[in-house]
Amino acid sequence: MRVRQTRQVPNVLGGVAGWLWLAVIIVPIYYIVLTSLRPQSAYYTENPLTWPGEPTLDAYRLVLENNFLLYLANSVIVTVVSVALILAVSLMASYYLVRSATRLSRGTLRLVLLGIAIPIQATIIPVYYLIVQLGLYDRLVALILPSVAFAIPISVLIIVNFVRDIPGELFESMRVDGAGDWRMLLTLVLPLARPALVTVGIYDALNVWNGFLFPLILTQSSEVRVLPLSLWTYQGQFSVNVPAVLAAVTLSAVPVLAAYIVGRRQLVSGLTAGFGK
Amino acid sequence: MSATQRTGAATRRTGPPFWMAVPALAFFGLFALVPLIGVVVLSFMSWDGLGTPAWAGLDSWRATLADPVTRQAMWLTAVFVVGSFLIQAPVSLLLGVFMAGRHRYRALLSVLYFLPLLFSSAAIGITFKALLDPNFGLSRAFGTQLLARNWLGSPDLALYTVMFVVGWAFIPFHSLLYQAGVRQIPAALYEAATLDGAGRVKQFFYVTLPQLRYTIVTSSTLMLVGSLTYFDLVFVLTAGGPGNATRILPLDMYLRGFRSYEMGQASAIAVILVAVGLTLSLVLNRVSGAGRMESQQAGL
Repeated sequence: MRVRQTRQVPNVLGGVAGWLWLAVIIVPIYYIVLTSLRPQSAYYTENPLTWPGEPTLDAYRLVLENNFLLYLANSVIVTVVSVALILAVSLMASYYLVRSATRLSRGTLRLVLLGIAIPIQATIIPVYYLIVQLGLYDRLVALILPSVAFAIPISVLIIVNFVRDIPGELFESMRVDGAGDWRMLLTLVLPLARPALVTVGIYDALNVWNGFLFPLILTQSSEVRVLPLSLWTYQGQFSVNVPAVLAAVTLSAVPVLAAYIVGRRQLVSGLTAGFGK
Repeated sequence: MSATQRTGAATRRTGPPFWMAVPALAFFGLFALVPLIGVVVLSFMSWDGLGTPAWAGLDSWRATLADPVTRQAMWLTAVFVVGSFLIQAPVSLLLGVFMAGRHRYRALLSVLYFLPLLFSSAAIGITFKALLDPNFGLSRAFGTQLLARNWLGSPDLALYTVMFVVGWAFIPFHSLLYQAGVRQIPAALYEAATLDGAGRVKQFFYVTLPQLRYTIVTSSTLMLVGSLTYFDLVFVLTAGGPGNATRILPLDMYLRGFRSYEMGQASAIAVILVAVGLTLSLVLNRVSGAGRMESQQAGL
C-alpha cells in the first residue's frame, strides 16, 4: 500500500554530487584570488590554500604599472567597435532578409547561415595573409574586421528570427503613410528587435572580449595588445612571480564580473544566445 | 516568409532594397568566405608566410599526410574530441537537471557554478598551469604525493589533464543550456509520472531525457565541433607539449604555419578541420532534423 508522500525523499546523491562539483569550481577560483594577495616570497613557502600570512597588493600594483590599463583600453575599444558594427550591419541585413521575399534574399540568407559552421581557427592563415596584404597588420582594426565577419552569421540568424515575428501590417501601414526604408528600420524594426539586439550584443561582446587567436596571429606590439593575450605575455614577463600573473588573471575577470552583477539575466541569456529551441 | 500576396497588380518590390544587406555581406564575404576559399587554394601552394605564395600542386598534402606528427595529431584529436565529450556531456546534463530543481541551496549553487564563465580561456589556462605545478601548486595544500604528479609535464597524463581543464571551462556553459531545457519541460508530465508511481530515477529516464533531446543534440554538436577546432586553452596550457603529447590538429596547424613557416601544409590541415567540422555539424543536424518536426508536447 503506497503512502502518499507530501514531500519527496531528499535527493542525497544529487546533493553530494552538487557540493562536490562546487568544490571543483570554487577551489581554483579561490586559489587565484588567494595567490594574487600572497607576497612573492611566501608563494614558495606557504600552503597555497591558506590565507596569506602577510597579504599584500604588491602583485596588483606591479600589474597596473605594467600597462594593464592600456591592454584593458585596447580590449574595450576592440569589443565596443566590433559589437557596434556587428549590430548595425546585422540589423540592416536582417530587415532586408525578412521583408524582401525574392530569390536573391533567400539565397543570401542560406549563404550567411552556412557561415555559422565555419570554424574561425581553420581560416586564420588566409585571414593573416589578407590583413598583411591590406597593410593592417599589428593594428587594432586588424582584430575588429575578422571579429565582425565571423559574428555576422549567428547574429543575423537570431535577429532574423525576431524580426520575423513583427506583424506585416505594421510595415504596410507605415508604407502607406509614406515611410521610407530607413525610417521603418529606425522607428519600427529597431525598437521591436531590441531584446534580440541585447542578447546578440552580449554574446558577441563576450566572444570578442575573450578572443585569443586573432590577437595572437594579427598583432605583436604591446601598444595594440588586448587582455587575453596580455595574460599570456605577462606569464613570460613575470615567469617566477606567480602572484603577479594571477593578479592579472583576477583583474581581467573584473569587467565581466561587473557585467554579471549589473545584468545577470541578460548576461546568461546572451551567453546561450541562439542555442535555445 | 511573410511576404505580401503575389497578386497580378502587386507592386514589383515590396521589401527593402538589397543594399541594406551589402555591408554585412561585404564583411562576411571578405573576412570569412574569401578566407574559407583561400585556405583551400593555399593548401595547393607553398608559402613561408612572408614572401609570395607559389603553386605547389599536391606537395603540401603529400608532405602533411605522410608526416607522423600530423598522423599522431589526428589520433590525439580523436581522443580529445571523444574524451571531452564523455567528460562534459554527462556532467553538464546532470548539473543542468540539478540546477533546474527547486531547492534551498540550488539558487546559490547555480550562481557559483557560473563563475568559470567570467574567465577567458587564456586566464583559465594560466590559472591551471600554476595550480597543477608539481612543486608549488595545489599538491602542497594536501601534503600527499598522490596529487604531486607532473600533470601537464608528463606525456602520459598531459592530454587527460587538458581534457579535464577544458571540461572545467565549458561544463558551466552546457549546464546552463540544460538548465534552460529542463525548465521548459511542462510540469504536467512530472505530475502524471508521479501519479503513475514513477520514482525520481524513472522520471529522469522516461520524462526528462526524452524531453531534452533537442538540447542534447545542440549541446553535443557544440561540444564535438568545438573540441575539434579548439585552440586557445590548449595553446596556453601546454602549447602542444610535452613533446607532441597534446598537439591536437588546430595546434598542429598553428605550429606548422606560424612556427615552421609551412603555410601550405598548415592550410591542408585547416581544410581537413573544416571538412570534418562541417560533416559533423550536418550529420548531427540530420539526426536531430528528422525529429524536429515532431511535437515537443508529445504525450500531452
